[in-house]
Formats: sequence, structure tokens, C-alpha cells
Amino acid sequence: MSRVEHATRSSRIGVTLIAAAFVVLALAPFWGERQTLRLLAEVFTFVALASLWNLLAGYAGLVSVGQQAFVGLGGYLLFALVILLDVHPIAAILIAGPIGALVAVPVAALIFRLRGAYFAIGTWVVAEVFRLLASQISVLGGGSGISLPAAVVIAMAPSRQLREFEIYWLALALTAIVLGAIVALLRSRHGLALTAIRDNELAAQSNGIDVTRIKFIVFVLTGFGTAMIGALIFLMKLRISPDTAFSVNDWTAFVIFITVIGGIGRIEGPIIGTIVFFVLRQALADLGSLYLLMMGAVAIVVMLWAPKGLWGLIAERFGWQALPLQRHLVLTPKTEQPGGKP
Amino acid sequence: MQWFNVILQGVLIGGLYAMFAAGLSLIFGVMRLVNIAHGDLIVLAAYVALLVTQGLGVDPLTSLLLVVPIMAAIGYALQRGLLNYTLGDDLLPPLLVTFGLSIIIQNGLLELFTADSRKLQAGAIEIQTFQVAQGIWIGVLPLIQFAVAVAVIAGLQALFYKTALGRAFRATSDDQAVAQLMGLDTRHVFAMAMALSLAIIAIAGVFLAVRTNFDPAIGPARLIFGFEAVIIGGLGNMWGTLAGGVILGVSQAIGAQIDPGWQLLAGHIVFLAILAVRPQGLFPKVSG
Repeated sequence: MSRVEHATRSSRIGVTLIAAAFVVLALAPFWGERQTLRLLAEVFTFVALASLWNLLAGYAGLVSVGQQAFVGLGGYLLFALVILLDVHPIAAILIAGPIGALVAVPVAALIFRLRGAYFAIGTWVVAEVFRLLASQISVLGGGSGISLPAAVVIAMAPSRQLREFEIYWLALALTAIVLGAIVALLRSRHGLALTAIRDNELAAQSNGIDVTRIKFIVFVLTGFGTAMIGALIFLMKLRISPDTAFSVNDWTAFVIFITVIGGIGRIEGPIIGTIVFFVLRQALADLGSLYLLMMGAVAIVVMLWAPKGLWGLIAERFGWQALPLQRHLVLTPKTEQPGGKP
Repeated sequence: MQWFNVILQGVLIGGLYAMFAAGLSLIFGVMRLVNIAHGDLIVLAAYVALLVTQGLGVDPLTSLLLVVPIMAAIGYALQRGLLNYTLGDDLLPPLLVTFGLSIIIQNGLLELFTADSRKLQAGAIEIQTFQVAQGIWIGVLPLIQFAVAVAVIAGLQALFYKTALGRAFRATSDDQAVAQLMGLDTRHVFAMAMALSLAIIAIAGVFLAVRTNFDPAIGPARLIFGFEAVIIGGLGNMWGTLAGGVILGVSQAIGAQIDPGWQLLAGHIVFLAILAVRPQGLFPKVSG
């Protein structure tokens, strides 16, 4: 008799550490300064974006360089719902998710006709179309953009400090939800299929996995999450314009570098990558465009010499997993199963 | 008559788009590599031409004599020194490495040349036009540009089917392992393909730089135009790529005529529409 287990010793330690980190981060308004809270909230959004991109590219093999389409869509939905329909900002963020998923359906139907690398550029075209359309919407500022009305922002909380706490907790909660959802997905039947697709698409298909359907589901779910995080990002920024909302550098280049450096195709990769990314950014912020240049170079070096990223190196060396995702058989003695069928 | 002129201008600019596309299509055909840095290399070629024209005091078209070999050499080195190591069954490494390259070129150019927009001055030829019929004028430079595009496509076609190098390209494209067994050094063949791709990029970059202002950030849009021309025309068909470029150019010209904000959007929408109704492109390569 045997059963399948996910947890290992390292994943029990990992989960305990992550739970502890979550508690410490949730209490950050009591120990951190304003700047710290802002930085942490930004870190959370990048963890979420990178984790979503990792799900898409690392597991489903859908290498998109156009996820800024959904970040921008979410941002613009926030502004449209708040300014035009008087929706509360937090409600608007929650609505942005389903609309993002809804928009992802026809987008997927169209660009899934492109294979492999051409798919990547196809996603970019979609993002460009979104950007150009956004600059045609004159009630939302057209090409030059628009700010969130001060009255709306002030109405969010009784004081500025409370509003900042509120946004911080919102960022932490949304990121935790996104990560939790990805872990739940990967532990499900679909997750097993996804892992199989990650390891060998052809073999997965020949074992009866409907690869196209799974990829479609992942693309739509990623659209959901990315649009929601996009709305959150622009609630933090308070101002939106087509160029910032659909920036390929901010929402795709950084996100790809983070995932590649941290370890693509592993759930822990984007978290490690984001930490490395922000440490480098704090250290090298004065370098301006040279900084981006170096990020590009580091990503190329990692891709060529350590294609599984930093976490991949650690995981393979020590056999660690921070989250209980692997499946392994646990054999139990027969005597413990009275009357049970073998 | 106004619309006829609009369409004519669109056709002529389509030649430039076909040149953006030809190099992209070539390397995809030979080694299944999609070069995300393609557009940024076009911009790099424009800056190289800027240095050459300023340094030697020659006009942009003459500068091609230097810019083409420089870019081809960069292409050869890039392939042998970097991109050959990314090729394999996995799609991710070439994509991510060329994406990283794209970011490096953009920001490198930004460091060296700032974000100011530049332009190559071609002198009197820039404004010369002639009348083909009542009310229809053609610029000399756009016409040269289109003729060069046709020549590039025809040259590529001839190279592919009439020369030993072309045979090597086709052999590696069909089956890399067998080509290797027959004594082809595929690393060299790939590098030659990339060199050729960048030679075409050099020509496209110079014509782009004469036609419009350029700055380090305009690369990705050129990649997208080239990519759209390839897909519209049908993968693997060089003349189809020219047709794809022309269709894209005409769509943009018509869009711009309706509303300046719709120029790029019209091109993208035509591309997406063709993808929806005819995903194999208008003139797909006949198999066999």
C-alpha cells in the first residue's frame, strides 16, 4: 500500500518560514517606515507578476513578452471604473481580474495560432494594440494620461497613514492570494499535467493530456491575475498613461529577468529573483540605463550557464523544495491496513 | 487621386518593411531562431551609419559600403560567440537571450548617443520627386528604397536556390543532423545566415535612418513590423514577405489618412484580422 505525498522535510521548514515571513510582513506597518512599506508593496507586486509569468512561460511553455497588455488593461480598468462609474478602488481591483480573464479568451483564440517564438511576438503586438487603443480614449486622458481624482483617494481611508496601510495590506494579500492560487493549481490534477508539459510537451501529449486546453486555461488565469495586479500597481502609482501602463521594460523585461535569474519553472524562482533584483536595484540605482544593460547581461549569463536559475542550483545541490509541490510515494506496511485492498 | 497617392506611398514604404522582415525570415528558416533583438540591430545599423557618414563625410547610400560589412561581421561574431550556444530543442534560451540582447543594445545606445532623435541627411535626393501622371508624384528616394527591397528579395531567392551557400542553408533547415553528417559545419552555416541577416538589416537601417528620425527606443516597433510582414505573407515565402510588407505599409498609410492616431493601429488590426481568417498567411510556402 502506498500513497502520494507532497511534503518533504525541507518543504515543512519552507512552509514554516514562509508563514513566519508572512506574519512579520503583515505586521510591517507597526515596525516599518513609510518608505519601507512602499518598497515592500512594490516588491510584492513584482513577486506576483513574476510568479504569474513563470506559470505561463516556465510551466505552460507560453513565452509571452506581452504581459504588459494585462498589466495596462488592469490599470486602465481601475481608472475607468473609479472615474467613470464611481466604483470603490478596491472593488475595481477585484473586478479587473474577471475582466482580464474575459479579455484573455479572444486574445488566446487569436495568438494561439502562432507557434513558439512567433507566439511571443504575437503577444507583443496585442500589447501594442492595447496601448494604441488606450491612447485613443480621451476621457481617460488619451496619450498623455490621467491622475486618480484626489477626492477618491482621500475617501479611501480616514487618514493618509491608514490609506497607506490599507494599500500595503492589499498588496500583501493579493500577492499571497496569487501565490496560493498558483500553488493550489500546481498541486491539482492540472498541476501534474502542467509539470508534465514543462518537462516534455510531446510526452505529456502522448499520455493523454490535452495540452492546448491546459495552455488556454493557464493563459486565461494569468490574464485574471495580471490584470488584478496591474490595477493594484496603478492604485499605488495614482497616475496612468499609455506608455507607463503598457511598458515592455517595466512589466515584461524586469519580470523575465527576475524569473530567469531566480529560476524559471520553479515556484520559488520568482521570489528569489525578486529579492536579488531589488537588492541590485537599491545598490545600482545611480547607474541609470547602465543598470538595465547589466540586468540584461546577467540574465543572458544565467540563461546560458545556469538555465535553472539560482533556486535551481540550490534545489539540485541540496534537494530542497520550499513549498510542498513534488509528488513522491510513501510506502506504508500492509498490516496497518486491515481489510484494505493492496 | 489623393487616395491613389496614399496607397502608392504605402506600397513604397512596404518595401522597407519587407527588408525588416527578410532578415528575420531568413534566420527563422535556417535555424528556427526568432531574433527579438532584430529591431534593435536595425537601429544599431542606423547609428553605425551615422558614425560613418559623420566620420568620413560620405552620403548615407555610399556609407552602405562600410555599414553592410560591419554589420555582417557583428552578425557572424554574435552567432558564433553567443547565439549558437542557445540553439537546441528548448525554445526558451534563444528567446530570452535575444530579449536580453535587445535590452542591452537599447540601453547601450542610450548611454552612447543619448535619447535625442537623429536623422541621416541624404542631401538633395531626399526631396527630389517626379510626376508619373497628372497629380501623382513619386519621391526618388522612396522609389530607390523599394527597388533595393525588390533586389534584396530577388537576391536572397537566387542565393537560396542557385548557390552552394543557399544549398547549405536549405540542407541545415531541412535536417540539421543529416547536414552535419554530410560534412557541413552547421555552426559556420548558422553564422553565415546571421551575417547575411545583419547585412540586410544594415541596408534597412540606413534607409530607415534617411526616411525618418530615429532614437535608441524605436527598435521593437521595427521588429513588430517585420514580424507582421512575415506572418501576413506566409512563413518561408520571400516574395510573400514583400507582399506582406506592402499590405502592412498600405494599411498604415490608409489608417494615417483617416486619422493620424490610427496609422499604427490600422496596420496591427489588418495583421490580426489576417491571423484570424488565414493563420498560415496569404501566400504560404507550398510544401515539397
